[in-house]
Amino acid sequence: MRIGIVCPYSWDVPGGVQFHIRDLAEYFIRLGHQVSVLAPADDDTPLPPYVVSAGRAVPVPYNGSVARLNFGFLSAARVRRWLHEGAFDVIHIHEPTSPSLGLLTCWAAQGPIVATFHTSNPRSRAMIAAYSILQAALEKISARIAVSEYARRTLVEHLGGDAVVIPNGVDVDFFAQAEPKAEWQGDTIGFIGRIDEPRKGLPVLMKALPRILAARPQTRLLVAGRGDEEEAVETLPAELRSRVEFLGMVSDEDKARFLRSVDLYVAPNTGGESFGIILVEAMSAGAPVLASDLDAFAQVLDRGAAGELFPNEDADALADAAVRLLADPERRAELRERGSAHVRRFDWSTVGADILSVYETVTAGAAAVAEDERATGLWGRLGLARD
Amino acid sequence: MTTTLIWIAVALVAVGLYLSWTAGRLDRLHARIDAARAALDAQLLRRASVAQELATSGVLDPAASIVLYEAAHAARQAEEEQREVAESELSQALRAVFGEPQQVEAVREAPGGEEAAEELAQAVRRVPMARRFHNDAVRAARALRRHRKVRWFRLAGHAPFPMAFEMDDEPPQALAARAA
Repeated sequence: MRIGIVCPYSWDVPGGVQFHIRDLAEYFIRLGHQVSVLAPADDDTPLPPYVVSAGRAVPVPYNGSVARLNFGFLSAARVRRWLHEGAFDVIHIHEPTSPSLGLLTCWAAQGPIVATFHTSNPRSRAMIAAYSILQAALEKISARIAVSEYARRTLVEHLGGDAVVIPNGVDVDFFAQAEPKAEWQGDTIGFIGRIDEPRKGLPVLMKALPRILAARPQTRLLVAGRGDEEEAVETLPAELRSRVEFLGMVSDEDKARFLRSVDLYVAPNTGGESFGIILVEAMSAGAPVLASDLDAFAQVLDRGAAGELFPNEDADALADAAVRLLADPERRAELRERGSAHVRRFDWSTVGADILSVYETVTAGAAAVAEDERATGLWGRLGLARD
Repeated sequence: MTTTLIWIAVALVAVGLYLSWTAGRLDRLHARIDAARAALDAQLLRRASVAQELATSGVLDPAASIVLYEAAHAARQAEEEQREVAESELSQALRAVFGEPQQVEAVREAPGGEEAAEELAQAVRRVPMARRFHNDAVRAARALRRHRKVRWFRLAGHAPFPMAFEMDDEPPQALAARAA
């Protein structure tokens, strides 16, 4: 099958969606399919052979933060050329509602289009204003995929229609077979995430730490992730600061070893999560997980059966649960076992097969992907056609 | 006077273009529904054929064979109006027969059973997918067709008002359990 995948975010900036697309593309290539990924990238960044650059993304303020997006005449032309040269059986657009490559592709293509909705953004004002234009482009999508039941619910509320739920994939064995590192073992709590992004929840964990250390002074907190380390420990009494170790950014291999080593992985995120891939990675590596009870997290953890949940932003509850778990090796072994069994459904072999089923369902009874004449004909060139 | 006429002409052309664009949108939606319906038909037929094959293979006990054969046969022969009911009944029959993991294991162990079980698992997984995609297309077309401009200018032409396909497509537990 000839598969075209559209990535809305810069290939050179690491991020969840980019990793998902990379793994997905490599999975399909291993199965013998022909895959081409269209992604924003600087022209001089080295790209894997299956990635086609759509030009440089422009940083613009969008939806409360600065996003790097691709739009405008040149990008639209590159999208059309990619569609024309690829002659795809199916195209898979990620994040079609962000005003970037995904939307441009929707606009320029016709035929079997699959779209994955990753984030569960609340409906923005721009989306309401552009609703009719957006609707005309989204109508072309033959199959929608949401990464979680939660993402599906927001999608249905905001855009109408329906979607199938296929979770994000993880290479479970890569984490399960990583070698633990002795210096990260022995009464350790792990945290991975941007230090200076409050929604990742490190401040909640810092607030809970004095209480955890009062009960178990030998405990260490290991933090892997970018950000200002001084600022992160500011709220902590000076004598406790030595119990926190910062590892900075870690490589994929070290991340797997890190998760294999820690006695407890804590995910205190306070919001903005639509899936929670890190929890799946932690469970793959056999780390007992303690997470805030966000909708997305509760679903990944099977309503608390595969990992423990605490009330969101409640530092005391977090501290109590952490102390109880650290003191109870049997309960941790049980979580480890349940997590490892539960996580198999997120392995690429399952997730990839499901996504391929979607492709096969939409290509049955439909012609191949083509340029949309209405958008690319005379009117399109004059900028008059709207779809 | 002339300028007024020119303005009227411009406005008419603009309205005409807008309506033609909307008609194009609608046309594409109808094409999408047709493709989705064809895909759904294919998945439903595949499911019924695999079920019928298993029912006549002698792997299942006689009672289960009869129940499954009956339901699969009815689903394949159903008239358009009874289709949703017949397919729902096939879903129920599949759930009744393949409710236990042991039954699925027994099928797998029979010669050629591995492929049959795999085909059935794929079919029961893809029917809900295809149905969701079909009903999503139907919903989009209905939303557009209810719009005033479409009704007043009869942009939908003679195309029938699209109907969702409603059925019980819950897959059997033992087959739906993903490689756990």
